[in-house]
Amino acid sequence: MLRSGQPLTGPNRKRCHEDEVLLGTVLDEGERGFIIDTRSAQAAKQARMMGGGTEPKSSYPQWKRLHRPLERGRPLQESFIKLVEACNDASLSMDRWLSRLESCRWLSHVKAALSTACLAAQCVDREEVSVLVHGAEGTDTTLLVTALAQVILDPACRTLVGFQGLLEREWIKAGHPFHLRCARSAYSHARLKQEAPLFLLFLDCVWQLSRQFPFSLEFGEGLLLTLFDNAYASDYGTFLCNNEKERRVAGRWGQQCLCKVKESTHSLWAWLNQPEEKKKYLNPLYSHNPLVIWPSVEPQSIQLWQGLFFRWIRSSQYLDEAQAEMQRLVQGN
Amino acid sequence: VENVRLLDRVSSRKAALGTLYLTATHVIFVENVSETRKETWVLHSQISSIEKQATTATGCPLLIRCKNFQVIQLIIPQERDCHDVYISLIRLARPVKYEELYCFSFNPKLDKEEREQGWKLVDLNEEYNRMGIPNNYWQISDVNRDYGVCDSYPTEVYVPKSATAHIIVGSSKFRSRRRFPALSYYCKDNNASICRSSQPLSGFSARCLEDEQMLQAIRKANPGSDFIYVVDTRPKLNAMANRAAGKGYENEDNYSNIKFQFIGIENIHVMRNSLQKMLEVCELKSPSMSDFLWGLENSGWLKHIKAIMDAGIFIAKAVAEEGVSVLVHCSDGWDRTAQVCSVASLLLDPYYRTMKGFMVLIEKDWVSFGHKFNHRYGNLDGDPKEISPVIDQFIECVWQLMEQFPCAFEFNERFLIHIQHHIYSCQFGNFLCNSQKERRELKIQERTYSLWDHLWKNRADYLNPLYRSEHSQTQGTLHPQMAPCNFLYKFWSGMYNRFEKGLHPRQSVTDYLMAVKEETQQLEEELEVLGERLANLQKLQLNGNKVNSKQQDRSKQLGLSASSNSIANTPQEYSNDLKSFPSRSPSQGDEEDSALILTQDNLKSSDPDLSVNSDQESGVEDLSCRSPSAGGCLPSEDSGKDSDEAVCLAV
Repeated sequence: MLRSGQPLTGPNRKRCHEDEVLLGTVLDEGERGFIIDTRSAQAAKQARMMGGGTEPKSSYPQWKRLHRPLERGRPLQESFIKLVEACNDASLSMDRWLSRLESCRWLSHVKAALSTACLAAQCVDREEVSVLVHGAEGTDTTLLVTALAQVILDPACRTLVGFQGLLEREWIKAGHPFHLRCARSAYSHARLKQEAPLFLLFLDCVWQLSRQFPFSLEFGEGLLLTLFDNAYASDYGTFLCNNEKERRVAGRWGQQCLCKVKESTHSLWAWLNQPEEKKKYLNPLYSHNPLVIWPSVEPQSIQLWQGLFFRWIRSSQYLDEAQAEMQRLVQGN
Repeated sequence: VENVRLLDRVSSRKAALGTLYLTATHVIFVENVSETRKETWVLHSQISSIEKQATTATGCPLLIRCKNFQVIQLIIPQERDCHDVYISLIRLARPVKYEELYCFSFNPKLDKEEREQGWKLVDLNEEYNRMGIPNNYWQISDVNRDYGVCDSYPTEVYVPKSATAHIIVGSSKFRSRRRFPALSYYCKDNNASICRSSQPLSGFSARCLEDEQMLQAIRKANPGSDFIYVVDTRPKLNAMANRAAGKGYENEDNYSNIKFQFIGIENIHVMRNSLQKMLEVCELKSPSMSDFLWGLENSGWLKHIKAIMDAGIFIAKAVAEEGVSVLVHCSDGWDRTAQVCSVASLLLDPYYRTMKGFMVLIEKDWVSFGHKFNHRYGNLDGDPKEISPVIDQFIECVWQLMEQFPCAFEFNERFLIHIQHHIYSCQFGNFLCNSQKERRELKIQERTYSLWDHLWKNRADYLNPLYRSEHSQTQGTLHPQMAPCNFLYKFWSGMYNRFEKGLHPRQSVTDYLMAVKEETQQLEEELEVLGERLANLQKLQLNGNKVNSKQQDRSKQLGLSASSNSIANTPQEYSNDLKSFPSRSPSQGDEEDSALILTQDNLKSSDPDLSVNSDQESGVEDLSCRSPSAGGCLPSEDSGKDSDEAVCLAV
């Protein structure tokens, strides 16, 4: 599975020999590959006018392109804001709740993200075909798909340590602009242009997986909530800045850096992995599952993440007691 | 009929080829695949509707919809055969006499005494005694001993001490269907009670002294309060409309010291339509999130569930927090009244949250008080307008509560699903007819078996591993959060998509935790045994005897190894774009087929009538093995014997 940004074909249908060679090396003679473009065909076409575009069939004959539009940017942030408003609306009668939930479209986004990730996973695992994922910049929906696909495919990514590694690789180092995307969250009046909850959407999808496969993830909901918190506001430097360049020390090539993150801050992972902390995040039901986990994306299977969206609205006392009981049973054994 | 195809509901590409059989009691489909010979059994009683669809190139489609929400799609090659099957099923699914029902031929191979014992498992007299009755305020009345006062009530009713036979009879004449106010639940801590009845025949201005005295008697039976609530569970408009027909509701001016309250729960017709609409949503092929949420809201189903729950909460609060007695009624006092009284009781009294207590609750508020099982659930062919998912809604309320309070119930989701299943299956005699009187006339207890006995014998399958009777969540009253909590009501896919294996979490947490619990218990017992042995050996050594090294037989290990959870599952169709993929020949089916997907049903099916997926993966044995201590009794000293309880109990 590969990921990238969009090819800069532009209105004049530019070609790039190196890019074609690079993609060519991935496939053997006569082999086929898939490109999953997370923009609609329409949007991808329009991107050409702005200097972007898609891989033309003629230049990349072995690759077949599939469009799976995933929401990002402002519309996704609006969806998030609307959902939080709906959850907080005490005046909503049961009559209206579901349609209000529907009009936020958040669950539709979860369904779409999971479906696309499954599609990418299917290419690799079932069809045994290489797949390239990209959207426009390759920093948002692209990472959502590749990271989620790995959780589905790879049991190592479902361990606590492996999941951290996945986040480092597919989100932090891959350059998801956390500083811009996780700025103010849903209550802020300032509707920042660059703000969008892609990372939250990813965590929601992982939560859906944990619900459908309660034995297969080494970590529980608690970790996902902690990650959500830390992406927006953190004591640690892990989610700071927008990319590695901004985080780094002046490197071998003498780059300027903004933050000197490694020198001046502590790592979230270091704290999480301490034995007393770690055990709070472990899933007592975990048992290594070497197989691929294929979620159901039917609407009945996708639920609203109550632990996150109702966290401050309703008491989780009874559910926490159940969790404690589960822990007690497993540990007693 | 041979060469019939059974279509998979989720993946239309997967169709099993086999033979269709029709017997006196079941429809059976047996797959041709020689290794598995998977069987799908459907009781005629379960069939809700049969639809013959337009003949296509592949054959004649027949759609069977069941009352337990199973949907079976068959393709019969010859139109003639399809028609014959259709006509036969129509007749078989609409029995005319009770004797046609399965319960009269079902034979679990118990002798007469065992059958009798089974019926004695739930005893309502014992239950009222447990509540603390008879006492200074309440007594048992035999005024209805020959069903002379009210033929839909039981022979034994519990009434306030100050309600004489004269008052009871007078009141019954002023109530729809003669269903006078009688006791449903008594709270001995504060003497508050829940009574139930039907609507008064008050019209616009009629009065009845005895009925007014009856309500006063109820009030006097609770010295802690100077008034009672009268709760009419109908929407105000409906109740008012009833006045024009000479019925109606209690006027606060005429009845001293009552506070009257409407809690609008819709009638059986609205509920029937609501379920219908929700099932249509379930039948949508590949719905979007929008389709699903809109459809669900449009059906109004969860709104109705919430309304019933809210009514139960109101009554429970009145009793537990205010210490005020409540009289509940609807129109005839056998639908909404039953729902609301049983929800309230469940919230108030932790006994009803135990397995035994729940059976008692259903026996009390539904069976003995004359809920019209036959009319509502179509035991026999009858008026389709009487059909309504009344008890289904109550069962769902219980499930919604279980989701909010996971530690509070002794039983699990499977228990509820099996009860619902058997209300419609007519395999047992508990839910036949419309009243106790009818059941006694038919001699149900001498000719059929009790579901409660069957469930009780298999209770290990129905336990909630998170339940501990000393846990705080199980004590006292349950306090579900009221508004705003719309989001707390979830769509119950375990019930309404029960047979769509692909939709559910593949691994059952309940079963795993039960297995863990049992293994721990077993290990603890073993530890005890070994400890005793050690003590004995030490004693022997002291006496200088030769010690035989005896090999302790380890009782069967549950082997909760990691591998037991590695279950292959298949991807659903994530791509609508089928042409995108290099074509696969249809014969290259997936080896790890959906047959391997485990759900609670597969692991613990104690009824062959539930269409059992009999495939088992190697890991399953480990999870579903039961220690000798299953069933709640300690093993004897030589725990070395190989007690092997079959997973699928043939009934």
